[in-house]
Amino acid sequence: MEEKIKAKVMDEKKMKRTFSRIAMEILEKNRNTDKLALIGIQTKGVYVAKRIKNLIKEIEGIDLHLGILDITLFRDDLHKQEQPPLIKKTEINFSVEDNDIILIDDVIFTGRTIRAAMDSIFELGRPASIQLAVFIDRGHRELPICPDFRGKYLPTSRRERVNVMLKEIDKKNQVLIMEPERF
Amino acid sequence: MKENIFKQKHLLSIEDLSAEEIDLILEIAESFVEVSTRNIKKFPALKGKTVVNLFFENSTRTRSSFEIAAKRLSADLINFSASISSLKKGESLRDTVLTLEAMNPHIIVIRHSASGSPNYLTTFARSSIVNAGDGFHEHPTQALLDALTIKQKFNTLRGLKISIIGDILHSRVARSNIILHHKMGNEISLIGPPSLVPKEFEQMGAKVYYNLKEGVKNSDIVMMLRVQEERGSGNYFPSIREYRKLFEINQETFSLAKKSAILMHPGPLNRDVEIETSLADSDKSVILQQVTNGIAIRMAVLYLLKGERNEIIN
Repeated sequence: MEEKIKAKVMDEKKMKRTFSRIAMEILEKNRNTDKLALIGIQTKGVYVAKRIKNLIKEIEGIDLHLGILDITLFRDDLHKQEQPPLIKKTEINFSVEDNDIILIDDVIFTGRTIRAAMDSIFELGRPASIQLAVFIDRGHRELPICPDFRGKYLPTSRRERVNVMLKEIDKKNQVLIMEPERF
Repeated sequence: MKENIFKQKHLLSIEDLSAEEIDLILEIAESFVEVSTRNIKKFPALKGKTVVNLFFENSTRTRSSFEIAAKRLSADLINFSASISSLKKGESLRDTVLTLEAMNPHIIVIRHSASGSPNYLTTFARSSIVNAGDGFHEHPTQALLDALTIKQKFNTLRGLKISIIGDILHSRVARSNIILHHKMGNEISLIGPPSLVPKEFEQMGAKVYYNLKEGVKNSDIVMMLRVQEERGSGNYFPSIREYRKLFEINQETFSLAKKSAILMHPGPLNRDVEIETSLADSDKSVILQQVTNGIAIRMAVLYLLKGERNEIIN
């Protein structure tokens, strides 16, 4: 389906401030960082997590573990898809057991991705806690899941899509609301 | 994102697949290779689905590899073995499958000595049917796992030269491989005694050689086939000793292939009949890697078929 830009909601400057705030909030809430580790959800969540990791390093000088998580095999809609999706890489080179995990994604929508991510993490061990950080919360939750750290709450309609663009992969830093092209 | 390339409800043969579908299966299988290196190798992708392993012929690797693949995807698995079933009491194939169908499985993996039996099943069963080898026809997952092994070694599946040596006539593995590599545009040479490599195979897009040294020259891949005594392939040449003398791959004949060439064999091996032991165990041989890749390929196939109950075709 063709899409067009409905609105630009954040530019580079705003995004930078928001990233800093999320990093600060994570540090504020987790005074003991010894057991803190970050896990980014494939694909965009990984880049968001990398930025947060770098900011925390800048602010406090601590280098947190960063894991990469692909939730494809844990999705609840595999059987509903015309063709099951490709599977990306999972790479968590530390133990989640008894650690405080910050789960990170770019956008939270129905909450189903986060449910799958939590199931996937519990396969690896029993974390002391899981907290959720997202850059954009676009509403429409279908599960009782609520982010602990949220860059921006952005009410959208269901047919729209939020595109968090990051320089590392999209050449530009901005957040756009996309809507389907009308015929 | 590659969407909706895969159109199959069943996996009956390589012939049914497009080159894009083959590429997709391999791409998904490659991620299952990575998945298989994780500490915990079990995933809920096929939770609640039932896979029936219906084997009317003996098998070690295919059967256990389908079993591991199904279990890693959290499917429930029923292992059906012809020798301990009601077949012994005279139940027909159709009735056996209908009985199992009544238990509502999602995927039936079948191996049978009659060519075309998987296709026959699709006419009355609602499960997705996977061909795990049917008579002299095809063994699609074997050709796919061979292709995955080749792709891992050469980083591509195109522009290669593959030599297949031995009993082509009775080999479903050879047929599936010939069809696959023809679709991918690779050069195929078939080598063996005229009685086991009829000239007609050239119609499948391959070249036929009766001289091992001539055929194997400059190959990237040397694929040996088993002398299948149970299918009577021993009757097609005067003696094992003569066959060995003319068609056994050994250090000397293998050296005629390219320097980077790999040696493949679908197993089980007849050591020192079609393949010299020291070569089979050398670093040129990827035989055990083929077995490992079998799990990833079968996971990919089960994952793509999803375990949906289908409409009966007619």
